[in-house]
Amino acid sequence: MSAAIEFRGVAVATAQGRPLLEAVSLALEEGSTTVLLGRSGAGKTTLLRTVNRLIMPTSGHILIHGKCVARQDLIALRRGIGYVIQETGLFPHFTIERNVGLVLEAQGRNSAERNRRSRELLDAVGLDPETFARRYPHQLSGGQRQRAGLARALAADPKILLMDEPFGALDPLTRREMQEMMLALLTRLRKTVLLVTHDLDEALYLGNRIVLLEKGRVVADLSAGEFLVSNQPEVEAYAHAFRHSGQKANGARAH
Amino acid sequence: MTASFLSQYGGEIGTLTLEHLWLTGAAMLFATAVAVPAGIWLTRAPHWAKPVIGAANVLQTIPSLAMFGFLLPLPWLGERAARIAILALTAYALLPILRNTYAGIRGIDPSVLEVAEALGLTGSQRLFKVELPLAASFILAGLRTATVTCIGIATIAAAVGAGGLGELIFRGVASVDNRLVLAGAVPAAVLALGADALLGLLEHRFKVPGR
Repeated sequence: MSAAIEFRGVAVATAQGRPLLEAVSLALEEGSTTVLLGRSGAGKTTLLRTVNRLIMPTSGHILIHGKCVARQDLIALRRGIGYVIQETGLFPHFTIERNVGLVLEAQGRNSAERNRRSRELLDAVGLDPETFARRYPHQLSGGQRQRAGLARALAADPKILLMDEPFGALDPLTRREMQEMMLALLTRLRKTVLLVTHDLDEALYLGNRIVLLEKGRVVADLSAGEFLVSNQPEVEAYAHAFRHSGQKANGARAH
Repeated sequence: MTASFLSQYGGEIGTLTLEHLWLTGAAMLFATAVAVPAGIWLTRAPHWAKPVIGAANVLQTIPSLAMFGFLLPLPWLGERAARIAILALTAYALLPILRNTYAGIRGIDPSVLEVAEALGLTGSQRLFKVELPLAASFILAGLRTATVTCIGIATIAAAVGAGGLGELIFRGVASVDNRLVLAGAVPAAVLALGADALLGLLEHRFKVPGR
């Protein structure tokens, strides 16, 4: 069986030729959660964005269920992939209900179907539809917005979910709640998830597999259990650095 | 102003006010039809933004009387003074609408545009569902500035015989009759204030909280 997502020798460089990613090869199993872990600038987000072609690799291929993404219809490809980012990117001029149902709207589904699906998803991410469906993004707290962003990513029932620091802007308590909700949801929905984070605890909590990136290269590719006990120098160095600056870094990112 | 003055000139003031509105309104329609699509195009080709907005800026600096004069000898245009007036007013209205359309779209939170792209919205869906609604209040603000400016400049169009409220002002100046000057200036000012208030309301209506 082909992997849900496969990176084959993926390299990305800036227009000036500075390498951002070098020869990354990974195969992600269907229904698994893979965490891309690393410091800022390690290339995590760049790698994530090659999947839905927000970034085109300079060389190498990305395959989804064995099919090269570069050869697929761009709009159809993106509609089949859920996408969640730290800033949520909720449309400020749409209600939460319309935000969540937007992919369905873009596909031309009727409003009754869209609204039913929106409400179902709001419920699934822990937002009471009666209270939140008609509100606008600026009327929600950071955690509520992030839940709505997640609901929107799930609207078209994609098999793949890309998440870029989804809880990065939240306070530690809300962050924890979101992670718990996320884990419960993922266990139920069985999506193939690619999650970018710098937070080791989040990686261990949510990931089946942890890929550590450093300066555009994969330096470790381990299961969550192996990662914890690994004595590979890069893994130990990252864990050490995270433990000693983690709290400060978390605090700083909350703003 | 006395009652007899008003009864003598009332009808003419009304006609000239309508003429003034027509000149400005037509110019606004043309300018919007050109500047909004041009502004959208500039957001897609930002390296053109500087030269194009610069050119619109230069148009703006031409003294209005000179602009009307330049256009006068042109074929077809010169035949009717109203055509000259509308073209000149259109030229003056371009800059604020163009600049605000461009800035309004460029100022949208990049994460919103990124997500619109990542969710698989087509180019036209992104434009009509996301970019234009989010930039609408900015575009309307440009339209408002352009309209108020053009209502003022349109008074000078009377110098080339295009009509409008400037007609009364020019006659008043020539005959040293301040009542006539005011009969042109006051309605022009009221039009400008009215347009400003109306478009201001519209602008407010389209403002998106939290953008």
